[in-house]
Amino acid sequence: MDDVAIIGVGRTPFGRFPGQTAIQLGAQAVRAALTDAGLEWKQIQFGFAGSFEVDNPDAVINFLGLTGIPITDVYNGCATAASALTQAANTIRLGEYDLGIAVGMDKHPTGAFASYSEEYGLPAWYGETGLFLTPKFFAMKIQRYMYDHGISPRTLAKVAAKNYRNGSISPLAFRRTPMSEEKILTSRMVNDPLTQYMFCSPDEGAAAVILCRASVAHRYTSKPIYLKASVVRTRKLGAFEVHSPWLPLQRADAPTVFASRAAYEMAGLGPDDVDVAQLQDTDAGAEVIHLAENGLCKDGEQERLYAEGATEIGGSIPVNTDGGLIANGEPIGASGLRQVYELTQQLRGTAGDRQVPGTPRVGYGQLYGAPGTAGVAILST
Amino acid sequence: MAQRVVAEGLFDWPSDEPRLIGSKCQVCDLVAFPAYPNCPNCGSLDVAETRLSTRGTLWTWTRQRFQPKNPPYLGTEAAADFVGYGVGYIELPEARVEARLTGGVDEPLEIGQEMELTVVPFATDADGTEVLTYAFRPVENSAGKN
Repeated sequence: MDDVAIIGVGRTPFGRFPGQTAIQLGAQAVRAALTDAGLEWKQIQFGFAGSFEVDNPDAVINFLGLTGIPITDVYNGCATAASALTQAANTIRLGEYDLGIAVGMDKHPTGAFASYSEEYGLPAWYGETGLFLTPKFFAMKIQRYMYDHGISPRTLAKVAAKNYRNGSISPLAFRRTPMSEEKILTSRMVNDPLTQYMFCSPDEGAAAVILCRASVAHRYTSKPIYLKASVVRTRKLGAFEVHSPWLPLQRADAPTVFASRAAYEMAGLGPDDVDVAQLQDTDAGAEVIHLAENGLCKDGEQERLYAEGATEIGGSIPVNTDGGLIANGEPIGASGLRQVYELTQQLRGTAGDRQVPGTPRVGYGQLYGAPGTAGVAILST
Repeated sequence: MAQRVVAEGLFDWPSDEPRLIGSKCQVCDLVAFPAYPNCPNCGSLDVAETRLSTRGTLWTWTRQRFQPKNPPYLGTEAAADFVGYGVGYIELPEARVEARLTGGVDEPLEIGQEMELTVVPFATDADGTEVLTYAFRPVENSAGKN
């Protein structure tokens, strides 16, 4: 099978954009990616478009050109962007087309995501009794993790403070004001042990990634970045997952663990090779847990790693260099492509104030969300 | 006051000693909650109703301090009157079950403490009917012990 290269990335700012539709934001991201790749829309041979709020994100072509290419819309919870990216990469690997695009866009109302539990294969009473909520799941997962592995609330505050700090030097982030650990710790308790400023917010934005067959990448760029792996996995019975009215006593690893293993195997790389990571930080606790679930540390090591600054831009394993979801918010369809955008900048050496020192060679992106779906992408120079 | 259960088949009601109703796979013995029409492990359709134990320990917990959106939440109190509720997973001999926890949002909770099943009103329909669901409460004199 052919290797796949990333030759163009684009994103909009994330935040709130009254008067602009998600589809218009999507078109803006595509144009940015085309400019980055030095391409015109008519050269794009196929696409995958992801969104939660937009039924037909392929309508982005109304603002780009009706060229007749095949575009498939995807929605896969918080791993929507991973699905769009994976399908786009596989289309090239299978030799069907040489050059295509993955685009994601969303425009969410404020506040926690709300929907009907029946739509997630769960009984109606689960939502009616006030249990169908994602934030309290993340709170209960980190609560147990802190108990099992000795993680302190201070470490959760360090995660959020780092991501706000990185957001402050990310021109396209939503939250660009640094925040002290004290302010994070003493802000309103939302779902114990997680306070208001330890959570990301659903917001608005779009991102796009242009991929091509690796053997032709040098036609478009002098520095292609290779997509070594992109995989999606769902939960197994026993994983402690969002929207679980019950769990069997026998616990299983999270879907991220399986997605991660498969991605490392596909890439022929291991956790020690990763120079920079973008991990799903729906909340500060999720970043802590995901660091271990992706093999980047052992359970419980996070307490020391965050105290030592290991996850800072200049640390041994920089995490969420653009501020992650905590600073960017989460437009679901775009979130994972934002990660790829950032990793591409880092591997090209064009991340500006956020640039990881040295010459980062391998970048790692991970998504996780309802109803227990994970995506992992590994990039390399 | 008129009362109704939030869902039939979720727990015994009316009953002096209500228990949660799950299902047990007749092929692989997995106990699931609530009762499934199929086994979520092996996929078998050969499942039978089973009653879960009423006492266990708190496996993890949080507190729901913001009001869930209605719908789907049935609570209709004004936002200013929303006081919140505890949520946890109770480790029973058969499975870990997610539940609302009784007691105030400032009442201390600790992983490992003993909990027992109860049935509580949590919302009121427009016609005044109280809606009942299952919940777990700390076992008296055992809070804080593992």
